[in-house]
Amino acid sequence: MKLTFGDKMLQFWIYLFLTLLAFVTFYPFWNAGVISLNDGKDTMLGGITFWPREFTLENYKIVLQDERILNGFVISVSRTLLGTLLSIFATSLLAYGMTKRELMGRKYYMIMCVFTMYFSGGLIPTYLLIRELGLMDTFWVMILPGLVSVWNMIIFRTFFAGLPAGLEESAKMDGCGPWKTYFFIVLPLSGPVIATLSLFTAVAHWNEWFIPSIYINNENLLPVQTILRNTLNANIMTEQMSKLDPQAAARMAGASNVTTKSLSMATMMVATLPIIMVYPFLQRFFVKGVLVGSLKE
Amino acid sequence: MSPTDLSTSKGSAPDPGLQIKASKQSGWQRFIKQIDIQLMVLPALCFVFVFSYIPMYGVLTAFQDYSLFKGFFASNWVGFKHFVAFFNSPDFERVLRNTLVISFLKLLISFPAPILLALMLNEVGNKYFKSLVQTLSYLPHFLSWVIVSGFVISMLSVDNGSINIILEKLNLIEEPLNFLSMPEYFWSILITTNVWKEIGFASIVYLAAIAGIDPHLYEAASMDGASRFKQIFLITLPCIMPVVIIFMILAIGNIMNAGFEDILLLSKDKIVWSVSDVLDTYVLRVGIENHRYSYAAAVGLFKSVVSIILLTIANAVARRSGNSLW
Repeated sequence: MKLTFGDKMLQFWIYLFLTLLAFVTFYPFWNAGVISLNDGKDTMLGGITFWPREFTLENYKIVLQDERILNGFVISVSRTLLGTLLSIFATSLLAYGMTKRELMGRKYYMIMCVFTMYFSGGLIPTYLLIRELGLMDTFWVMILPGLVSVWNMIIFRTFFAGLPAGLEESAKMDGCGPWKTYFFIVLPLSGPVIATLSLFTAVAHWNEWFIPSIYINNENLLPVQTILRNTLNANIMTEQMSKLDPQAAARMAGASNVTTKSLSMATMMVATLPIIMVYPFLQRFFVKGVLVGSLKE
Repeated sequence: MSPTDLSTSKGSAPDPGLQIKASKQSGWQRFIKQIDIQLMVLPALCFVFVFSYIPMYGVLTAFQDYSLFKGFFASNWVGFKHFVAFFNSPDFERVLRNTLVISFLKLLISFPAPILLALMLNEVGNKYFKSLVQTLSYLPHFLSWVIVSGFVISMLSVDNGSINIILEKLNLIEEPLNFLSMPEYFWSILITTNVWKEIGFASIVYLAAIAGIDPHLYEAASMDGASRFKQIFLITLPCIMPVVIIFMILAIGNIMNAGFEDILLLSKDKIVWSVSDVLDTYVLRVGIENHRYSYAAAVGLFKSVVSIILLTIANAVARRSGNSLW
């Protein structure tokens, strides 16, 4: 197709704008990475942009030896693995049961599920319930409340309903009950949808920080995101202090060899790494996932 | 009951007599007969009941003077006291204004931004460049708000923030500004961050809509001498309008949800609370940090009720518009 001068100008501006966008998206990652690789005290002097001035791996060494952060990682990994596994199991089982025509009360069960997408009790009643249930300060508070996802259930149900009916029929003829059919026929055939929803659930678990921040006081149970958020809070406090009383802040910062800024950037990088690692897989799946989600309300 | 329903009673061949008997069975007997399927759904439904429906009932604390020691059942009922207190408090106006302003700004800027991006991406011929931009711009969606707020704090910080460095180099400012402690910048920072995080991912839906447009339309238009620029406005935009309108209506229905994590994480400095405090953050602070449970529950209930009314209207309008997606 022949492009006119006007078309070429349009192309030029679009390429320029998109290049800028790509840069603006990328730069904060790069800059945080650079600061995390720069000597902590040197970072205090300011002016770090594209390259580290005094390269060091010290910050990462400290982060990876910090017991609090390591423990946070263990918690994050456990809640992600366990939370995803249980959530996908419970949700897909519910979804499979809901595909059964003969299920008594199916319609009411469905209304019961869908209504929760529109209305919720809100933060305070949920908080009081969690207290009453004795889930405060337990690991399970990060897993149980979100165990069944209605949204995922609907996606699962749509997928299961699309499986060839003949397979289930023949399984039934061979004496397979619904549980056997679920485990040996339905699950093995649902690889793609399980993979997609597991990845999304896992990312959500890894990123979730709010629940532990209000329900968990025990430092040993905090996942890495919540720890990171507390560190960043402390950073801001130091910054505000330095405005009011520069000397006190300098003393505080000088006390430890590495300032919190480079350290918290290193922590951030480490906490982001798992997401970056699964991102290629996510990308392969999510276009489909988003479309399924938007088509099925 | 259809014959297939009976096949859950294993082994026995479905004969007509049995079928009649089955239809006469009481509900309880039928329930027992299909207990294996019921056991698949009931445990999960119990979770939904406990964690979604009990809090809905618990919303009634808004009409009590809830006390942790007395518990839900022994606390005193006080009617609309907390609602009246909220509507008469000076916080009401501030919190509601912030909620609405932030929501409208998001609707005005964060909503059209991904449409613009989708339109631009559609014009890119070079497929490597296109997928590079897509890959980069989708990524922030998968980061937690904690990480994103960390980036913002780092970019804007006084001691090393790249924004301050650039502004100083350009001689626009004399000394570094502490942006996150300046109320006049809070809304801009919040909206920019939101666009940064979601622009790519939100554009996927629009890209998919664009991909569904009949290519003949473009061919015909270019034969008639329409420039690419004109084609965007005369073909692409009108063709994706139905999708845009649906999402717009739903976004309007969501106006009471100004955002929560983003606001919470970016308003560390109390100075900005005058412009950052929205209904959700207010509930969190008053309820959980100051232990005024009933008052906060009342504020939360007020928000939920307005929300559900707006959502219902929005859904009805979306269906009525004939452009319904589902």
